[in-house]
Amino acid sequence: MKWIDYARTCSVQEAVDLLKEGNARPLAGGTDILVNLRVRRFDIDTLVDVKDIPELNEITCDPSEGLTLGAAVPCYSIYTNEAVCAAYPGLIDSASLIGGTQIQGRASIGGNLCNAAPSADAVPALIALGAVANVAGPGGTRQVAVEDFCTAPGQTVLEEGELLVSLHMPPPAKGSGAQYMRFIPRNEMDIAVAGAGVSVEIDNGTFKSARIALASVAPTPLFVREAGDSLVGQPVNEESVRAASAIARDAAKPITDMRGTKEYRMHLCEVLTRRGLNIAIERAKENK
Amino acid sequence: MAIKNYEPNMVLATTEYEVVGTRPVRHDGTDKVTGRAQYGADFTSTGLIFGAVLRSPHAHARIRSIDVSKAEAQPGVLAAVTAKDFPRSDASPDEYVQLGELNTRLGYLRDNILASDKTLYKGQPVAAVAAANAHVAHEALALIEVDYEVLPSVLTAPDGMKDDAPILHDHLKTEELGELTDRVSNVAQHFQHVLGNLEEGLAEADVVIEREFDTATVHQGYIEPHNATAFWNKDGKVTIWCSTQGPFEVRDASAASLNLDIADIKLVPMEIGGGFGGKFEPYGAPVAAMLSKKTGHTVKIIMSRAEDLQGTGPTPGSNLRIKMGATRDGKITAAQAHLAFEAGAFPGSPVGAAAMTVFAAYDVPNVVIDGYDVVVNKPKSGAYRAPGATQAAFGVETVIDEIAEKLGHDPIELRLMNAAKEGTRRADGPINPKIGCVEVLEAMRDHPHYNAPLEGPNRGRGVAVGFWINGAGASACTIMVNPDGSLTLSEGSADIGGTRTSVAMQAAEVLGIPVEKINPQVVDTDSVGYTSGTGGSSVTFKAGWTAYEAANDIKRQMIDRASKIWEVEPDTLDLQAGEITSKVDSELRMSFAELAGQLNDTGGPVVGSCSLTPPAIGGAYAGSIVDVEVDPETGKVTVLRFTCVQDAGKAIHPSYVEGQMQGGSVQGIGWGLNEEYFMNEAGGMMNSSLLDYRMPVSLDVPMIDTVIVEVPSATHPYGARGVGEVNIVTPPAAIANGIYRAVNIRMEKLPMNPGAVVEAVWKNGG
Ligand SMILES: Cc1cc2nc3c(=O)[nH]c(=O)nc-3n(C[C@H](O)[C@H](O)[C@H](O)COP(=O)(O)OP(=O)(O)OC[C@H]3O[C@@H](n4cnc5c(N)ncnc54)[C@H](O)[C@@H]3O)c2cc1C
Repeated sequence: MKWIDYARTCSVQEAVDLLKEGNARPLAGGTDILVNLRVRRFDIDTLVDVKDIPELNEITCDPSEGLTLGAAVPCYSIYTNEAVCAAYPGLIDSASLIGGTQIQGRASIGGNLCNAAPSADAVPALIALGAVANVAGPGGTRQVAVEDFCTAPGQTVLEEGELLVSLHMPPPAKGSGAQYMRFIPRNEMDIAVAGAGVSVEIDNGTFKSARIALASVAPTPLFVREAGDSLVGQPVNEESVRAASAIARDAAKPITDMRGTKEYRMHLCEVLTRRGLNIAIERAKENK
Repeated sequence: MAIKNYEPNMVLATTEYEVVGTRPVRHDGTDKVTGRAQYGADFTSTGLIFGAVLRSPHAHARIRSIDVSKAEAQPGVLAAVTAKDFPRSDASPDEYVQLGELNTRLGYLRDNILASDKTLYKGQPVAAVAAANAHVAHEALALIEVDYEVLPSVLTAPDGMKDDAPILHDHLKTEELGELTDRVSNVAQHFQHVLGNLEEGLAEADVVIEREFDTATVHQGYIEPHNATAFWNKDGKVTIWCSTQGPFEVRDASAASLNLDIADIKLVPMEIGGGFGGKFEPYGAPVAAMLSKKTGHTVKIIMSRAEDLQGTGPTPGSNLRIKMGATRDGKITAAQAHLAFEAGAFPGSPVGAAAMTVFAAYDVPNVVIDGYDVVVNKPKSGAYRAPGATQAAFGVETVIDEIAEKLGHDPIELRLMNAAKEGTRRADGPINPKIGCVEVLEAMRDHPHYNAPLEGPNRGRGVAVGFWINGAGASACTIMVNPDGSLTLSEGSADIGGTRTSVAMQAAEVLGIPVEKINPQVVDTDSVGYTSGTGGSSVTFKAGWTAYEAANDIKRQMIDRASKIWEVEPDTLDLQAGEITSKVDSELRMSFAELAGQLNDTGGPVVGSCSLTPPAIGGAYAGSIVDVEVDPETGKVTVLRFTCVQDAGKAIHPSYVEGQMQGGSVQGIGWGLNEEYFMNEAGGMMNSSLLDYRMPVSLDVPMIDTVIVEVPSATHPYGARGVGEVNIVTPPAAIANGIYRAVNIRMEKLPMNPGAVVEAVWKNGG
């Protein structure tokens, strides 16, 4: 590994100023970037530590405003927060399965998103929950829907000098439920062969809305709008769930690689979406 | 049939001793749990510098030129080496060198250390640099310019055997049934074992099953990567510090590759973080030595995990065809095996051992076994825990299971009906001495696990039994009596599984003293006689045997000394329970410690020693019982319950035997379910990290229950057999049989990963 500079920043402005000088990257938990630097996936001169910026450490859960989650908040702070656990079990599914205990002490949801791995376990849950990214940069701030955030493996919409400040999720509606599920060959320490994040809103035995997103089956986390839309107005039953899961399967664009063949991964998308929807439906029934 | 009340971790002991068979705390335990133990990477010294190795990015290529000048010019870089710095490997292509039990072509040995004219696998070393720190060394590798002519590659044994396959070695001529032919091919050797008359045996059979199997290349996956530190002194003497299973083998291979006298090299063994057969090759040691010669510094080279997976010796993939016939009442009448094993880049796959073990659990009168050793563009295969036997058992034990099913026999009863016994001839020649195959099968049959109800959908129970030959080899041991009666024991076997203690226990038993009175040390190659490596489950067997003889030597000398002091005949004295007593005069008695205090003044210190090569080895059997649950939608196989039954002969230290049984079972589960070298078409390993090379993690395996069966080996003083390896032989086959019982599919490929299971379910119309 070559010599690189490290800068600890305490404000969004300070971080933006350093980042716009070029060839620099933010460091949150470091559980992706340090690994990537060691295997030379990219070559930078400066690491800008953003963990100490107050806005990036915010975790505000409000019944009417929803959840604002600072980009650098580590997973363990999320799943030990009772309000978040009660309101966003779909997010907790992701936060509690990324890495093991040590990794969860550092790894952030913001880092998971900005790392832009197709397999990122938090991103389908964020998309299913309708999360929006708050971005700051030399030109001010802007909002980006999470499904539009990743553009290619390791690539995002962030321009030079821009920083993810926080993620915002709307308050969960009554009768809504969400779930994230991935498939891995082992029971721990593994990377998703496929994953599915789903959310549903149910009213009177009928789907009012639904969102479905997939992991590891396309160059970016994949929002399958049409799969969720297919449920709207449909009765909550096995048939509608199977139909939506089949749409998710057909939308997947996986490749054959060491983690599985294309056919197998598409098949898994159907299985995971179906199983996820069934759990989300149960959660929705409890969320009156 | 009686279900026995086997407690967890049952020991079915047949002979009891004072020390042997107990469970003392290991001598190296404190250092290991407090982190003080010095492993290869922990070595440090003044002036230490760091080496890094440039590896071939191609599976098969001719090296046109290597230019290290830019790397050498880089600030911080102190030297670079290529194969040209070594004694030339093509000077005498037919020169061989004896390394342990292996007669190796010197050119192969050197080319696997640093490639000379060709690279034969991705990851093969081509050059190395030494620099003031490891980061500078690694960065400098990018400055080395290698001009390659990329050649087509071949990756599996069946492909390598094809007439139009790319040829790896222009000089490699096929040895066909013992005769060297003129045919240049990738088939280094084809051999055959014949017993009885196969055709007649098949004609007698009412049911004949023939199946083809493929298994993937897998790695030992020891936790500590390969490492080597070397210092080349100005007087031409070289010291190597590394963790290795074979201190003497690596010393001798380093001497051969560097053209030094063996006496010029001292190898200091460091603590070793696992080997499982993969730590016999020299790899970095000669490279570090050459870099040290050029720089005058001590040079340390540590492999990364990716280098270790791609550049060391995994156990090879194989292609098997197994055909077996049996009569309606369950008698196996004929068995045939076609075993084609990948050797990797240089000849020497474990196909020979596969052929010895393939049908060794059974008494079959008519057998033909064909074995093929095929070079392919993968790393030179190394040993891995019962090399060859696991691949072979996967095939045979699946076919046996199918025969049992077809004939309506209980799978263990069918095996018992045909089990090998004392006097049974193996197809490769040997006639069995006393063995424990029947006893292992009976313990499996009687175990509560085998008889417990298995409820729930998609669940199945599988069994398998297997054999491993075990090894022995030369061993040497010295025991010094200290003035206070404590003893210091020196041995040459790297201690991987607690063997310092299990070896010392066998000496303690002889002298009737607690094992804590003995301090066993693994010493460097200048300080003990030649000791063959820690492999073939041999150390407790062979080094224990030498310690037993060395302790008897001490016993004789101590009795002799006491007889001089007391002026009585030695044969009137005895040494028992740490005391020298007279058989005729009850007044005459002296503790071992008292006598030890008088040694220096009564004729000099007492040093017991022994060096020997055991005249026989103790082969061993083991079996697995496994309950699995299959998710037919995702293909995931969950191991619900696992029992390992093994004949230890005599468990010298039962905890260490159980550790081996559990460790081997877990490795077998990994091999069965998820581990594989996933190669791209160009011969590159795509999953060279422990994230994607999927060994089981703790959440993937249940507690492994053990049953130690004791059928003493006829030769060893305490009846011990090798215990380290045979436990890995059966898990993949047992799991395959469990999957069949659960979801009605026969798995014919390893690994049986989720994708493969789903594909098989689909093929089955599911
Ligand atoms: C052992 C291990 C196990 C793992 N298991 C999983 C798993 O199961 N599932 C999974 O999805 N991932 C896993 N990961 C990957 C990683 O832990 C997660 O992606 C994690 O969420 C990354 O967060 P971080 O805070 O560590 O990010 P960092 O490594 O600090 O950053 C990741 C990337 O995002 C950029 N970045 C970080 N913060 C910002 C910001 N505020 N604005 C703009 N860019 C930013 C960085 O520059 C970098 O490129 C694992 C990693 C390890 C080492």
